[in-house]
Amino acid sequence: MNVSLRVWRQKGPGTQGCFETHEARDLNPDMSFLEMLDVVNERLAVEGKDPIAFDHDCREGICGMCSCVINGEPHGPEFKVATCQTYMRSFRDGDTITIEPFRSRAFPVLRDLVVNRSSFDRIIQAGGFVSVPTGSAPDGNAIPVSKEIADLAMDAAACIGCGACVAACKNGSAMLFVAAKVSQLNILPQGKPEKDRRVLRMVQAMDAEGFGNCSNTYACEAACPKGISVNFIARMNRDYAVALLKNKPA
Amino acid sequence: MNLLVNLFRSSLGRKLVMGATGAGLFGFVVIHMIGNLQVFAGAEVLNQYAILLRTSEELLWGFRLALLAMVGLHLYCAITLTLDNRRARPAGYQDKRPLGATIASRTMMVSGVVVAAFIVFHILHFTTRDIFTDYKAWTIELHGREGHDVYRMVVHGFSIPWVSAAYIVGVGLLCAHLSHGVQSFFQSLGLVSTGYQPIIRAAGVAAALIIFLGMAAVPVSILLKWVS
Ligand code: HEM
Ligand code: FES
Repeated sequence: MNVSLRVWRQKGPGTQGCFETHEARDLNPDMSFLEMLDVVNERLAVEGKDPIAFDHDCREGICGMCSCVINGEPHGPEFKVATCQTYMRSFRDGDTITIEPFRSRAFPVLRDLVVNRSSFDRIIQAGGFVSVPTGSAPDGNAIPVSKEIADLAMDAAACIGCGACVAACKNGSAMLFVAAKVSQLNILPQGKPEKDRRVLRMVQAMDAEGFGNCSNTYACEAACPKGISVNFIARMNRDYAVALLKNKPA
Repeated sequence: MNLLVNLFRSSLGRKLVMGATGAGLFGFVVIHMIGNLQVFAGAEVLNQYAILLRTSEELLWGFRLALLAMVGLHLYCAITLTLDNRRARPAGYQDKRPLGATIASRTMMVSGVVVAAFIVFHILHFTTRDIFTDYKAWTIELHGREGHDVYRMVVHGFSIPWVSAAYIVGVGLLCAHLSHGVQSFFQSLGLVSTGYQPIIRAAGVAAALIIFLGMAAVPVSILLKWVS
């Protein structure tokens, strides 16, 4: 199959970018989207042109490195699937595919389709951990956790931190990511001691990075390759309200 | 102090204020609708109710100030949050998709601003009586108490097609606002637990629809001369 790409090209951070058109020819429909870009890049390299820069790592939907907004949808057309697991059979022969970087003030473009998502790391550093005294490893089942709670925490922990929620949100809000990262710990007994401080600090860090505010449109949930539920956002809102009422310094 | 700073500075804090004030205004709208529907019980019932509302000047002003404060806080948060949101995406997309977001949810600021304009018009029309100044002289006496002839005012107002049309558009947009706003309130205050989301979303849309029908019934009935 053949497709035509309208792809965002930008030399570096802060420089002017523009769309370029590239033809991708003789593709196997069972190639992944990133393999299709590899094929285009090989040709560009042979022609002595700059290859299209894009992020990727595991290529199996678990690391959260791949990104891109494909035809207006972060991670492309398939539901609950990352770009690396999107296959060319999801497109039609002859299609024109628009590929853009994730757009957010907090995710500045580094080059072409690559954006800097270290704002997410700084949010994690603000409270996305549990503090434990070092020493010998604790006994495995010393703290009982019910199956329901373990499952719920696991659902939150499925977040791969790719940033598709920010890319999809009309406000560029990072609420789904932060809610998942707050909840995965706040739900569990190990996370309880730092529950209030965690939510206050992580929300403060989120605001400081310049993400937008949630207006509950739920585009994030629709775009999330892991299907993280917006219920975690409600949960974080509740944790935040409770922490505010206790009125302790963060 | 910490509490207040966080409530009015942070993203989540302002959403809490937004939700709480929105819920207060929603409560007012429901009571207002029930009050309005008394027009179908006739002039005496409606005018009696209008006189009852003005029993105590202090109480009346208490309510008015509370409503004004709620609208003010709601508007303050709406504006500051929206400005933040604009700044959060300096460069937009070529190809934009709503991805499941409803039209009502994407146009809250538009519906809100039109509702604000409508509220101003509505107060000038029926409360201060400055749109049709004749209303100022339409007084009545019921059971020994003096009051305004609200029934006559309402029938006169809504007999004019453009007034009714403006009113229906106003409440229509208010209800579009609420069709997203009701579930948004539960979400912003964290009052949703797993599994209840679809019920709350449906109930929000149903509540908005009921309010629209209840509010629009009055001008429609007057235009069709069912009430005169
Ligand atoms: C004065 C003009 C108004 C403006 C400019 C305005 C604007 C807004 C905006 C921008 C939102 C946030 C949307 C979101 O985050 O999802 C919102 C939410 C809301 N509004 Fe309004 N609004 C106005 C009047 C009203 C009125 C009169 C009512 C009720 C009768 C109301 C009820 C609500 C509710 C319940 C919410 C949901 C709160 C939340 O997200 O937690 N609004 N409004
Ligand atoms: S490359 Fe790892 S999730 Fe797509």
